[in-house]
Amino acid sequence: MTGWVDTALVLLTLTSLLLLGSSRLTRCIRIVAFQGVVLGVLTVTARPTELSLRILMLAAAIVGLKGVTFPWLLSRVLRDAAVRREVDPVVGYIGSLLLGTLMLAVSFWLSARLPLPMPAISGLLVPVALFTTLAGLFLIVTRRTALTQVLAYLVLENGIYVFGVGVVQGTPMLVELGVLLDVFVVVFVMGIAIFHINREFDHIDTDQLTALKDWTA
Amino acid sequence: MITALSHSFLHMLLPLALAPLLLSVINRTKAIVAGRNGQVLLQPYYDLAKLLRKGAVYSHTTTWVFRAGPVVGLAAVIVATTLVPFGGASAAVSFAGDLILFAYLLGLLRFVTVIAALDTGSSFEGMGASREVTFSALAEPALLLALAAVARQTGSLSLTTMYAGVTGATWTHAAPVFALVAGALMVVFLTENARMPVDDPTTHLELTMIHEVMVLDHSGPDLAFIVYGSALKLWVLGVLLVGLVVPIHSGNAWADSIVGFAGLLGLAVVTGIIESSMARWRLTRVPQLLVGACVLSTLALVLMLR
Repeated sequence: MTGWVDTALVLLTLTSLLLLGSSRLTRCIRIVAFQGVVLGVLTVTARPTELSLRILMLAAAIVGLKGVTFPWLLSRVLRDAAVRREVDPVVGYIGSLLLGTLMLAVSFWLSARLPLPMPAISGLLVPVALFTTLAGLFLIVTRRTALTQVLAYLVLENGIYVFGVGVVQGTPMLVELGVLLDVFVVVFVMGIAIFHINREFDHIDTDQLTALKDWTA
Repeated sequence: MITALSHSFLHMLLPLALAPLLLSVINRTKAIVAGRNGQVLLQPYYDLAKLLRKGAVYSHTTTWVFRAGPVVGLAAVIVATTLVPFGGASAAVSFAGDLILFAYLLGLLRFVTVIAALDTGSSFEGMGASREVTFSALAEPALLLALAAVARQTGSLSLTTMYAGVTGATWTHAAPVFALVAGALMVVFLTENARMPVDDPTTHLELTMIHEVMVLDHSGPDLAFIVYGSALKLWVLGVLLVGLVVPIHSGNAWADSIVGFAGLLGLAVVTGIIESSMARWRLTRVPQLLVGACVLSTLALVLMLR
């Protein structure tokens, strides 16, 4: 276990775990913002030998988008929606944390038997990427407010990105930026959608949307 | 020239003499942060001396269990102090697997305190006992998993050799693991010693008390044993944390002891600052903190086993 890469990966894992156990939405947003910054650091430190302007720009774009823009956008949505905490998740916080640990173990087990075409930059990378993705997926399924689901989507995307940065060498810049743009659009659209859901129903609880139907008077 | 044996003997006497000082350093830090002068540093010793001179009052409803509680508890924690290596020296007693004995000696201390509290028949003490047991049931796996991670890293099952294996060099290549373990141990340290985010050691507000409520009915020498025992417990758990965070083994016995003791004083100051800057958490939030600590040590262990 050496160096910055592993530290960044452990930090990623910790932020995901913290997110699993947090109920305050402002704190959740801060956690995801921090995760975005860590992702930027990971991008720079992943391959220090082939550090180029391209990588630095990509890292700056990631930190700018995931560390600053998204949190700012989501905080604004949060302020308009006037919700402060996720009240009643499908799986409680302690349960989420315990399941998170289980997911972590599964990720390590799974990555040990996952054949990779090329070795990852760190033995931790694949399990952490898997865990982050799983945690994001888990959060999307188990949290009720639309805002947390957007955050969870970001975490899921972070997991996929970690996999990409550590395993696949030399993803074209255009692809990376395209993905980032996609994420940006998703968060942007979801921000507007949350705003509208909130204005229409006075809450952002997506569970109750399933009961929507045409009004036949 | 000090032989190794007399050295570990000295290290056994050190906590017995200096442990109450940690309590007073914590109190002093809290006082200074709050803008008060605080009590003199020797106050815990005066308190203990005062309590020891007094007679004990026993309720008619209690049995020998109540009387045995403080004595057995103090004995258990004194034995536990012989197991932890302090200041780079080896512990007075060490063998493979002594970390399990260590954990369960602290468990025995807790058990006798709880059962003495239950023996009073007061529902109020029962409430405190129930809370204490709930929290420590969650803190114990965190402690054991954390120690297991360190044991795995250093390839040894005895506290002495484990902590001898923790050096600056191990830190450089296992920093994330040790940082996680240190985090988990800090939570265990605060929980087990009834410190702030979990329990307020100064509170006498009935509904929020945890540890304090269990010792309400003890008086005189019994109470002195309990206060002294908890000071020793603070010392041993602190040594576990400090030994990990300050991995300095210069080889010079005196220097190492001074560094170790300075580390403990630092930990006491940190605890005082935590206590001054945090409120006690709601009872329902505490298990979340403890599960968090368990998750930290599990993560450390998983990183190690990989």
